[in-house]
Amino acid sequence: MSEILKTRQALTGNEAFAYAMKQINPDVVAAYPITPATEIVQIFSKYVADGEVDTEFVAVESEHSAMSACIGASAAGARVMTGTSSQGLALMHEMLYIASALRLPIVLAEVNRALSAPINIHCDHSDTMGSRDSGWIQIYCENANEGYHSLIQAVKIAETVNLPVMVTLDGFIISHGMEVVETLDTDAVRQYLGKRKPMYNVLDYENPIMVGPLDLPDYYFEHKRQQIEAMRKAKAVIEEVVTDYNKRFGFDFPVFAEAYRMEDAEYAILVMSSAAGTMKEAVDIMREKGKKVGLVRLKVFRPFPFEVLQELFKNVKAIGVMDRADSVNTMGGPVFNEVRSALYDLNSRPRIMNFVFGLGGRDFPLSDALYIINRVKELKEGKSLDFVEYVGVRE
Amino acid sequence: MADNFSISLKELAKRNKGLASGHRACAGCPFPAIIRMTLSASDYPVVVANATGCMEVTTSIFPFGAWPVPWIHSAFENAAATISGVEAAYKALVRRGEIPSDKKVKFIAFGGDGGTYDIGLQALSGAVERGHNFLYILYDNEGYMNTGIQRSSSTPYGASTTTSPAGKVLPGKLQHKKPIVDIMAAHGMPYVAQASVSHWNDYVKKVRKALSIEGPTFIAVYSPCVPGWGYPENKSIEVAKIAVETGFWPLYEVENGYYKINYRPRNPLPIEEFLKSQVRFAHLLNHPEAIEEIKKFIEQRWKFLEFMEKRREIEGIKEDV
Ligand SMILES: Cc1ncc(C[n+]2csc(CCOP(=O)(O)OP(=O)(O)O)c2C)c(N)n1
Repeated sequence: MSEILKTRQALTGNEAFAYAMKQINPDVVAAYPITPATEIVQIFSKYVADGEVDTEFVAVESEHSAMSACIGASAAGARVMTGTSSQGLALMHEMLYIASALRLPIVLAEVNRALSAPINIHCDHSDTMGSRDSGWIQIYCENANEGYHSLIQAVKIAETVNLPVMVTLDGFIISHGMEVVETLDTDAVRQYLGKRKPMYNVLDYENPIMVGPLDLPDYYFEHKRQQIEAMRKAKAVIEEVVTDYNKRFGFDFPVFAEAYRMEDAEYAILVMSSAAGTMKEAVDIMREKGKKVGLVRLKVFRPFPFEVLQELFKNVKAIGVMDRADSVNTMGGPVFNEVRSALYDLNSRPRIMNFVFGLGGRDFPLSDALYIINRVKELKEGKSLDFVEYVGVRE
Repeated sequence: MADNFSISLKELAKRNKGLASGHRACAGCPFPAIIRMTLSASDYPVVVANATGCMEVTTSIFPFGAWPVPWIHSAFENAAATISGVEAAYKALVRRGEIPSDKKVKFIAFGGDGGTYDIGLQALSGAVERGHNFLYILYDNEGYMNTGIQRSSSTPYGASTTTSPAGKVLPGKLQHKKPIVDIMAAHGMPYVAQASVSHWNDYVKKVRKALSIEGPTFIAVYSPCVPGWGYPENKSIEVAKIAVETGFWPLYEVENGYYKINYRPRNPLPIEEFLKSQVRFAHLLNHPEAIEEIKKFIEQRWKFLEFMEKRREIEGIKEDV
């Protein structure tokens, strides 16, 4: 690939998302504002007002209608995006399932925020974890730079496998924090994405089709099975897209998970999103003390890359899985439950425990990160511990 | 109504665009006729969005889809939002030269009364406020028929439904119908109308007029329900006609805020004729006070319509606006 122009810009997470959307210049954006994702819609509407994009922007009256309009537009062959957070995503819940089952490659810029009640506008992952079974691909980014590039890749992934994708950034911590983002040239983005080739199109009145009909017991299962198969295939597609993107544009983004100092690790932490930064720092400190600890940052949660985790964890003796949400099932958070299930078949099954942290935007200081590493070390050494701990809460 | 929207029955029959036979609507259900009239009335290709409800479930059973036009159903409350998206995509793709701009397409959403008066009102109001170019057709069967005849805010006073049953202490539903057409007219839409399946000519003209307009338009069409209302299956059109002739369901239209009554029953039938024709009102016939209440409602509706119709006169406007 010849010289690709890259620009280093200081952007917040929301600005990075909105800037990627501008470069993508989708056919249709239908959106409704919600803190901390509001800026995405605001910035994008200014692009529309200034003629910097020629997207058809539909400022709907609710998130339910935002996703409904995205569905209509995507079924009409358009490239479609939206952005939301928390209650907004929850209000879309019904439509999320419909978008994925109709196999519509809608891309959603999601900013993670706690769910009510009590009402709280700060970060945790309970919103997107609530839609984990809705058939959407879910990509959790560590920082604004990764969010920007992942959103562009998401369009490619979505349109290749015909499934919707949500790309998430941690509310306020990333959405409002400013950092250096290495952006691509707009032409490069447009050339890379090309035009959408829809699987079907409700505007094609010469070849009318019916989208979203009633499926009785005689067909529903087969149709669901096809959708599940698409999600299975999405793994190869994600791998292909991210690898190609890295090669094309000279990056080094992880595909499903980032392994940090895992080579000779005897025990490890698994975490998603922005908390990985603090956790890496803690790992470095412990490594300096000669502790053989490593970190895995899980980036793709749907489809769940269990093979990758089995490989990464096959030699460790203990794992601490961190969750920024709780399943309220009395046995830990959603990430923990899935990681634990993925590792069940390993010959030398590691000991594993769960740390629920940071709910409602509660700070995650380095001291908590070090505490977690020490607990997992104790676990490795054979100490018997509760399998879920709540870190950073007053109890 | 300006007559350039009329179309002869012969011409309409010749166009004969409608549902494929074998759809599963109940015997006698009038909405297949409404669909046939609507699609045949249009001079343009149409794309349809359908809310969840009887119309959707009986015409789309996979793999026996009965619609001859592109059709999309996503959920119950969002036909207007879904068609907003389809229409937005059309605009964007025309702007980008991916669809030739001379390829005119019309967008129609169909919803039942539940999907329109109740759960879908927000999405409908939003889509209308945004000014999408689409025609929303409410087929009003005055109840949630698909889920088993529950009350909606369109169910008339006194009607017995499965969630407003007539019982030992309650006489069926305790509230009157919501004035949906006036609610829509209050949005300042270019065209809103009330029609009935029994008056095909009036309905078809209204559809054609609505489709000739750029911007959101709305038609409520009366669509009696055989099992929901309880009358013989060959009587749907007759029951709808009685609703019009008793003044219970006036035919009128509102163009840019100007009301016009399209039909005045010369010798209005007593409302008892309408109530007697259906099981859902059977218990009322021994409740004269309830019948009085319905009469009062009808009188007030007509007073309102006649008052609103005067606006044209007051402003000295003769032509259609
Ligand atoms: C969110 C949601 N709530 C409830 C339902 C169940 N439901 C499906 S159709 C329907 C009633 C439809 O009534 P109406 O809109 O009047 O249409 P009809 O069936 O009478 O033609 C209901 C309650 C649903 N599909 N979605």
